[in-house]
Amino acid sequence: MNALQLAQEHRQFTLRLLVVSGLITLLTAILAIQVFRLQVLDHDHYATQSTHNTIALLPIAPLRGRILDRHGQILADDRTGFVLAITPNKAIHLSETIHRLQKILPINAEDQKRFNSDLSHAHPYQPVLLRRDLRPDELAAFAVQRHQFPGVEIRTQIKRHYPYGSLFAHVLGYVGRLTPAEIREGQMADYAGLDSIGKSGLEAQYEALLKGQPGNQEVEIDARGRTLHTRLRNSARQGTTLHTTLDLAVQQAAAQAMAGQQGAVVALDPQNGDVLAAYSAPAFDPNAFVDGLSIALWTRLRDDPGTPMTNRFLRGSYPPGSTIKPFVALSALHDKAITADQRLAGGTYYQIPGTKHKYYDWKPGGHGAENLREAIRDSNDVYFYQIAMRLGVTQLGNGLAHFGFGQRSGVDLPGESAGVVPSPDWLRQRYGQTWYQGQTVMMGIGQGYLLSTPLQLARATASIANGGRLVTPHLEQSPDSVTRPLDFSPDAIAVIQDAMRDAVTSGTGKSLANDPHTIAGKTGTAQIHHAQRNDSGLVLHNTIQLWQDHALFIAYAPADHPRIAVAVVVEHGGHGGRTAGPVARAVIDAYLNTVTAPEVNL
Amino acid sequence: MNWRIRLLRPLRKLDPALMTGIVILMLISLAVLYSGSQESIRVVLAQLLRFAVGIVVLVIVANTPPERIRAWAPALYAIGIILLAITLVMGKTSLGARRWLGVGPLVFQPSELMKLALPLFLAYYYSQQENVRHWLSAIAGFVLIAIPFLLIAKEPDLGTAAQIGAAGVFMMWLAGARRRWFVGLIILVAVSGPVLWHFLHGYQKERILTFLDPQRDPLGAGYHIIQSMIAVGSGGFWGKGWFNGTQVNLDFLPEAQTDFVFAGFAEEFGLVGVIVLISTYLLIVLRGLVIAYESRDSFGRLIAGTLSLTFFLYIFINMGMTTGILPVVGVPLPLISYGGTAMLTFMIGLGILMSVHAHPRTHE
Repeated sequence: MNALQLAQEHRQFTLRLLVVSGLITLLTAILAIQVFRLQVLDHDHYATQSTHNTIALLPIAPLRGRILDRHGQILADDRTGFVLAITPNKAIHLSETIHRLQKILPINAEDQKRFNSDLSHAHPYQPVLLRRDLRPDELAAFAVQRHQFPGVEIRTQIKRHYPYGSLFAHVLGYVGRLTPAEIREGQMADYAGLDSIGKSGLEAQYEALLKGQPGNQEVEIDARGRTLHTRLRNSARQGTTLHTTLDLAVQQAAAQAMAGQQGAVVALDPQNGDVLAAYSAPAFDPNAFVDGLSIALWTRLRDDPGTPMTNRFLRGSYPPGSTIKPFVALSALHDKAITADQRLAGGTYYQIPGTKHKYYDWKPGGHGAENLREAIRDSNDVYFYQIAMRLGVTQLGNGLAHFGFGQRSGVDLPGESAGVVPSPDWLRQRYGQTWYQGQTVMMGIGQGYLLSTPLQLARATASIANGGRLVTPHLEQSPDSVTRPLDFSPDAIAVIQDAMRDAVTSGTGKSLANDPHTIAGKTGTAQIHHAQRNDSGLVLHNTIQLWQDHALFIAYAPADHPRIAVAVVVEHGGHGGRTAGPVARAVIDAYLNTVTAPEVNL
Repeated sequence: MNWRIRLLRPLRKLDPALMTGIVILMLISLAVLYSGSQESIRVVLAQLLRFAVGIVVLVIVANTPPERIRAWAPALYAIGIILLAITLVMGKTSLGARRWLGVGPLVFQPSELMKLALPLFLAYYYSQQENVRHWLSAIAGFVLIAIPFLLIAKEPDLGTAAQIGAAGVFMMWLAGARRRWFVGLIILVAVSGPVLWHFLHGYQKERILTFLDPQRDPLGAGYHIIQSMIAVGSGGFWGKGWFNGTQVNLDFLPEAQTDFVFAGFAEEFGLVGVIVLISTYLLIVLRGLVIAYESRDSFGRLIAGTLSLTFFLYIFINMGMTTGILPVVGVPLPLISYGGTAMLTFMIGLGILMSVHAHPRTHE
């Protein structure tokens, strides 16, 4: 590199260094202007903000909408409870304060764990809950020594309350502690200040309606952490009241009648699909879920062999047994597989022509030759074996599908099961087996792979009660109900209605004959092919009772103007008429008595 | 030669102007941290210890001739790149980013090494380059910058990546690459901005949106900026006085001892203090530029010029974000913020400046 090049290079470097210096001067000037602006020109503004620091926008939680029964009885509402809260930047020494508090009132490890986790994402001037559900004596104990605990205060907390406890557990569901995962992106603002969300049942189904809209307030806090004043910006809007179709008295009657038994009850208004009662036994107390379930209680509920958490009316799939017969019969009439008056041979058992296997009637010796109405009244198995063979599995399945079997009813509850209407295709896909004709025979009396939920049974029963319209069951009161007319002749339906009335007056459901209301119904017994087992395959409670058949009963009343349709399943209840029948009767009486009562008083 | 001369001789390599600046900054740092830490002697002693270690390192570097530093440059760059690659594969993840590399109990950020290694290697490369204006040497420079830039951006640590990239571009500017490259680069950044927006992480977008409008989330992302501006603004002309900063001492100001230390300083010492602080920084930066100007050695002047300019960039970014003219990026205030790693980097950089000044024209 020669001297000229070197000089040239250094000249260029100097030039570029000058440009750099210019840049530094410019940026320094920008910085200086900004600092001057903040510290001199806008000093008053920032000085005020500093002394009045700081404005916090705190959310106000809305009240959750109430849930009412059809007569306005409160089934779920918000109650005020007392909680102990600590404002971190006001408390002297957090862990020491908690330690001293423990000498006055119990604070367990679970409370502390929750407190610490809440504390980690709270602002230092926001109170954090330490103890919930303070009892009056605890309130008094703290109030006396309150002055010794700066930063600790009693606050009121709004809490969901279910006044009837376990009575509506499965239908109302419950609210529980909101977890971050449950808030979808962009919904944070909708849940500001809220710490619970509908987890199941109607609470989950109508979450958006019930939740309400949070409000907010500006809280000004000075540099020492004292609240200067609060200013309301937007008040919270309470969630909408949910008017349900439920009837408290009917639900209570159902629960009482089911006491000590496992199973489910569904009662519908057959004219419009109003769900009057829906009960699953055993139940649980939803109030225990509101603040987050304790681990001990959760373990107990989970390990209970009676599975109280299972919603049996919505998700329990049971073989309908003989309660399926009215629907099979109506399908057969419609498909002209039989006429109403045609008598079919009875007997002890039925054999598929050309085969040896005997399909026995439930009644030793069987029945004589009977027509359709008599066969339903007596629950004549041999008659229905023949009907099933005449229809064949495809027609039989299609017929049952008309009544809503094998499909979700569309009720406004999350997690409904669809049940099963089997077909040869279904069997091949599901179990890789070939359909044989004996399975068609068994389907005729509601056994085998045919499975129905109690809600589906009630819905199907309603369609006979109302003269051939398939209603969509619903829990929210609504003036226009969704019904689908079924393509059955009024004569055919009348035959089935008469037969079901006969079953109660003189057939298998005789125990209900003396009821003041004219009840039409049908008994059913679902055979249990296997005992209940736990996950590892061990037989649970190896007692006779669990090997007993399920008892079923479907009914509607009054027979001439049906106002209620009921389906009852009593697990291991033996014969339907004996155990499930009285439950149906209690429910019907409860409803028809209360509805007619005001008219009587006039 | 007696022991006293032997001990004091290395100190002769120190530059009086730079040392004056360093000592002033040290005193400011200790004063601010003492107040901001609720008068904790422990914090002050820890910072003092870091200064002591930093000064020792600075003296050692200042006594190392530039040609030896230059000889290490390629190896440092290579090690830096390898460590960055290892960090991406098996680094410690913290807050969603892989930035830390742990060896036993030691944890450090390889990107910190790159802050010096890249300028050194670029200076090494351009000081031996015959024709800097040729397009190939510009492309080579961009590639050398792009490798660490992309590795750090992938961590993701966009703030550090941008600073390292900026240091590289400064270097190319001082080395004499043609102006058209810089014009092109500015246009490219301006045009690709909206496109790159889609590749940013959520928190990065949030920071930029918050910068544009802090009030959109006054309790969340905007909290830092709002509280920091209140601290600076409420300081006024004379400041609230030592220990009297309410923003700092009542915990309204987050990161008051690290990234937002300037806000606490400005609150307590006011515009007067800020003028003293900025003047001290400018003293160091301008002294560095003068050292670069006076150096007859091309490696020396390139590294001295670039380090001075980068030092200024850090000051500007930190004060800029604290006063609300730049988005919040995690950059410490040189020699003031609490913390060791960054201070060591700055001390080594200042040591290199002194080395360049103390060993004139030994090369060529």
